[in-house]
Amino acid sequence: MRNFTSLLFSGGLAFLLLVLASQLPFGNPVMLLGGEIIQAAPDEVGTANLVAAVLLAYRGIDTLGELAILFTATAAVGLILGRAHASKAVHQDKDSGFITTRGSDLMMPLLIIVGFYIIFYGHLTPGGGFQGGVILAIAFFLPVLTRPGSKVDHGMITIIEGLAGAGFIMIGLWAMLYGKPFLQPFFDTFLGNSTLGSLWSAGTLPLLYLAVGLKVGAELAGLLVTIAEAPAVAEATAHTTEAQAVSETAKVEYK
Amino acid sequence: MSMPGIEIVLYTGAIGLTVIGLAGLLMVRNVFRMLLALVILEAGASLLLILSGFWETGVAPIILSGLSGNTPGQLMNDPVPQALVLTAIVIGVGVQALALALILRIKYQYNTLDMDKIRQQLEHDIASNAGVASPASAQSPDSLALARSGSMESAALATGDKHNG
Repeated sequence: MRNFTSLLFSGGLAFLLLVLASQLPFGNPVMLLGGEIIQAAPDEVGTANLVAAVLLAYRGIDTLGELAILFTATAAVGLILGRAHASKAVHQDKDSGFITTRGSDLMMPLLIIVGFYIIFYGHLTPGGGFQGGVILAIAFFLPVLTRPGSKVDHGMITIIEGLAGAGFIMIGLWAMLYGKPFLQPFFDTFLGNSTLGSLWSAGTLPLLYLAVGLKVGAELAGLLVTIAEAPAVAEATAHTTEAQAVSETAKVEYK
Repeated sequence: MSMPGIEIVLYTGAIGLTVIGLAGLLMVRNVFRMLLALVILEAGASLLLILSGFWETGVAPIILSGLSGNTPGQLMNDPVPQALVLTAIVIGVGVQALALALILRIKYQYNTLDMDKIRQQLEHDIASNAGVASPASAQSPDSLALARSGSMESAALATGDKHNG
């Protein structure tokens, strides 16, 4: 009965979406905002990659909110899983063998280079801070995967994350010194050489993207490491009894 | 409405992913599989969003060095949905990580991922911690199965004593 209702509901959603899609003007695109942005962005912002212009110039405050959401999620994961349990937990997993450990050692510098390349060229080519940040996070997560017992410096991750977030906001405030709105990329005297398509173009937008990339990379690395360091399911029984003892004492306090 | 080309395939795929994700979310009882269904649902929704700014002859919204800034307006895909989907993907990663952490805690606490068992044990825990009778009586098959499953044995005994007293 429950499955039947679920299928009926899903079928209704499919019907609704199909009806909506069938009314779209295929082959005749309506692009009011996007057309304006494509016309104006090369002169106003100076990025060759128009998605970067939308993300950081026209919707910069939205990106700041997105970073705040990611930070909140990371903090909540750290709060839920906790670092105290992870430090007590004894990892039974051994290193994953010669080939994978050496392979990850070889991959790590290459991944760091690719990640920074994608961040620095985010305003020119496909990519940017978010994509490059994910690659950086994977570069620092690979050694944890291949050597499960290895220690990770959570303090350094937190410092990088905080500095990148503060840098993003400071660049936004820097724009206000020049009379621009908060977070608007601007051309300075030494950032002003703006030929479309060169690396030093688009004013402060590459700096904003660098801050986004470092922040996303540090947060994702911290997230992955926290989840990877969480005790394995085999230790759950000891943990459960501990939790039950806590709930027993709570019950006593209630009475 | 002109003849739809490859777009009909893409829209069908995106709607299919959305519906598969929703059906999985409703029908699956394992919490981790529900998270995977949520990921599929997010992928379908992102595809639907990004398809709203896509058409067959469009190119990526990146100005190449050969073109000037003003002419290629009618050739490019819409950059706004792409930026929106980039935001949605990153937020989706945060949501999935948070859900995974909660699932890990559920696994530690209840040692199961089955929705129905988790709900039973949760109601039992709430009732016993509040000092009221469990919604199911102590002799019902559910409670007996729970007591037999071991992890809740002491709590079941405690409520049973309370009924007797």
